[in-house]
Amino acid sequence: MPDALQVLNNGVPISWYLMLSAVLFALGVAGFLFRRNIITVFMCIELMLNAVNLSFVAFANMHKQVSGQIFVFFVMVVAAAEAAVGLAIILTVFKNRETLNIDEISTLKN
Amino acid sequence: MDYFFFLLFALIAVVSAVNVVVQRHPIASALSLIGVMGSIAVLYLALGAEFIAMAQIIVYAGAVMVLFIFVIMLLNAGAEERRGRSWTAQLLGAPVLVAFLGMICYFIQREFANAGFMKFGNFSGGSAQSVGLALFTDYLLPFEVTSVLILIAILGAIVLARKEMD
Repeated sequence: MPDALQVLNNGVPISWYLMLSAVLFALGVAGFLFRRNIITVFMCIELMLNAVNLSFVAFANMHKQVSGQIFVFFVMVVAAAEAAVGLAIILTVFKNRETLNIDEISTLKN
Repeated sequence: MDYFFFLLFALIAVVSAVNVVVQRHPIASALSLIGVMGSIAVLYLALGAEFIAMAQIIVYAGAVMVLFIFVIMLLNAGAEERRGRSWTAQLLGAPVLVAFLGMICYFIQREFANAGFMKFGNFSGGSAQSVGLALFTDYLLPFEVTSVLILIAILGAIVLARKEMD
């Protein structure tokens, strides 16, 4: 089957990378919506950021430009800062409320 | 070979991501998330983003996840209890999500079907040299603003997490 070999030799289509990124993003959204532990919810946000980073790098490869990777660099920096501040907030909430369940942290509701 | 490595690490990433979502204990979710980040780093390497792959390992799998595991152990977080959710969420949650995913995949297939192919080595613009060159010429101002952001984040984390002192 020379045709099949030719296709295999071309390399992986960029759209497959984008679909993998979409799958990871959807899983992150699912965890963000369905989980009740505040730390796990936070980890699902990190998962979504990683999925978006993957599609940025795929686009950088598609256009043969480095700008997409610079964006990933900045997203990583912001994610690290966000993780530090978010985990500090979680620590403070746990110190005051003694719970990690997001259903019980609802002071701002109503 | 490109197909083999892509499928292998895409499978590891998806299985680990499912594990992140379904595990009840936060520490198991955190360890699975490290698996996702490691396999995504390998995919970055395949896409020619060497510097970003290393930064992914060091910053995400190293620093951020260690911070998460620190907090999980510090708070002694146990398994979360399953509680009844609204029946609309139970009934509609998964189908709506699958429909959302299907729609995204449909548009990707329609718009990017001819977007080209990833072949290992066909793009070598992701070395530390070229990333650094772009970072310190075209993107110098965002880079410097980022340092201020990091400083503010450090101050905020310290103010939030310190012990109350009389």
